[in-house]
This record gives sequence, C-alpha cells and structure tokens, in this order.
Amino acid sequence: MSIPAAELTVGQEIGSVTIPVTRQDLVRYAGASGDFNPIHWNSDFAQGVGLPGVIAHGMFTMGAAVQLVTDWTGDPGSVIDYQTRFTKPVVVADTTAQPGVPGAILEVRGTIGALNPEEATARIDLTVTFEGQKVLVKAQAVVRLS
Amino acid sequence: MTINPDLQGRSYPAGEVYTVGREAIRDFARAVKATHPSHYDVEAARALGYADLVAPPTFAIIVAQRADAQLITDPGAGIDFSRVVHADQRFTHHRPVVAGDELVAALHVDSVRAMGGGAMITTRAEISTVDGVRTATTSSSLLVRGEEQQ
Repeated sequence: MSIPAAELTVGQEIGSVTIPVTRQDLVRYAGASGDFNPIHWNSDFAQGVGLPGVIAHGMFTMGAAVQLVTDWTGDPGSVIDYQTRFTKPVVVADTTAQPGVPGAILEVRGTIGALNPEEATARIDLTVTFEGQKVLVKAQAVVRLS
Repeated sequence: MTINPDLQGRSYPAGEVYTVGREAIRDFARAVKATHPSHYDVEAARALGYADLVAPPTFAIIVAQRADAQLITDPGAGIDFSRVVHADQRFTHHRPVVAGDELVAALHVDSVRAMGGGAMITTRAEISTVDGVRTATTSSSLLVRGEEQQ
C-alpha cells in the first residue's frame, strides 16, 4: 500500500487506539522478548526496589503503540526510524481473578508531525497516556509512504 | 557499586548469531498485540515483497538487549542490573528484519554520564546479517540509579 503524500498535512490525526494491558500480557512480553526483569511480574520485588507495583516493560508500551502507525501504512516494514523516551511507569494492577478486566489501559493517538516529500516519508508523533499522563515522550516514528 | 567511567568508548564485538525464526516473530507480534497478517502468514508477507515473515518494528530489541547483556554482566562495568531503568530507545532500520535472518550485533558504549549518585549509559548496537548487510542501528539509554536513589 502506498499513501498519497500530497493528501497529507502536518497536524492531521492518523487515528487512535485503546490498549488494555494485563499481567498476563507482561508475562507474554517477557517470554517473547527475553526481558525477565522481575519488576514486570513480581509485586514484592517491584515494591522492594521502590516502584508502586508491577510495571509494564517500556519496550512493551513502545512496541504496542507503534501498531497504530503500521496499521495506517499497511506495512510493518515501512518504519525506518522509531524513538521514544520513557518518562512514567505504567503500573499494571493484578486482575488475574477477573478475566477480561484490564490491569491498565493505554491510550494511543497519532498525528503527522512532519512530511518530507523528496524522500516520501512522514514522521508520526505518538501520544501515549496512562491514567491521563504521558508515559512516552518524543515518541516519533518515521515511515516510508511508498 | 560505582559505574566505571572508562566504559565510555568501549566496544564489544559481535557475539553469538541470533537466527530469526518464524515462531519468534509470531510470538513477539502477539506479545506487542500486533495483528498485521505479514507477521503471521508467509503468503501475506510475500505479497508485500518480503522473503518471509516480517518482524514488528521493535523486534530488534531482542538482539540489542542480548548485546547490552555483555556490558551489564561485565564485572568490570560496575552495573547493578536491579537498579537499571530504561530511559530511552531508538531504532533506525536499514532494512526490515525477516524470518531466516542470521543477525549479529556489535555493541558500542557511546556515553557514560554521572547523574546524581547514579549514571546514564548510552549504548548503540550495530545489527547486521552474518554476511555483513546492515540491518538496524539501535540506541538505548539506561539509567543506573545510585544506591541512595529510589
């Protein structure tokens, strides 16, 4: 799929998505990524190092948020650059006893931050919030449009 | 435990080969809630022009964090992993990662800065195929909290 760059404008919203997160999601991410830091699955350990509770891997949030961008381009290989700073932890409550109830909810919104017609690329700026606060800062993905 | 300031400028040569498997891509895609068919279905990936399943944009973190582990577990580095917080991350893709790739990563310690009682360490992994085709450059900043810091 190729997106007609001429029809895009800076500031335009590409979409938004709500991502429910459970402890099981964090265990799955730990297994898939190889990042088994116990702060992402053990409350006692997390609190022992001064965190409010089990927190999501920053890379889980970064990885999940970018789907909004690749769904928009229609090609996961279209992302040529993707960066973020991790500023606030996403605390995931234990809802194991309540199947279907998320332990945290992420809100993701994407807008076009810049366009480069010569190189046929666009920079998508992602706003990712948890409980009304930004958890990623300067979350930017540069994509090929054709 | 204090961070060794001489780490800046240190490099770790490409270590073990990471072979990108189809199931690893499918598992990682599920783990980041990616639903695009090209992560799961070889024909869908080929229809987009890829040789095999295409990895999600952050998949290279697996290879980058394996490279980072060389530094974190280096007894000469002075890093207490239980005090490490991921501060920022960047991926620059020279070409998408696809199933069947055999990847290696050379790690470079680009900067070490004292921060309060701790330190901010920025590493860069240059990821390429075993045949030398550049695949991705990743950059990670790790904040190592000082003993007195929560």
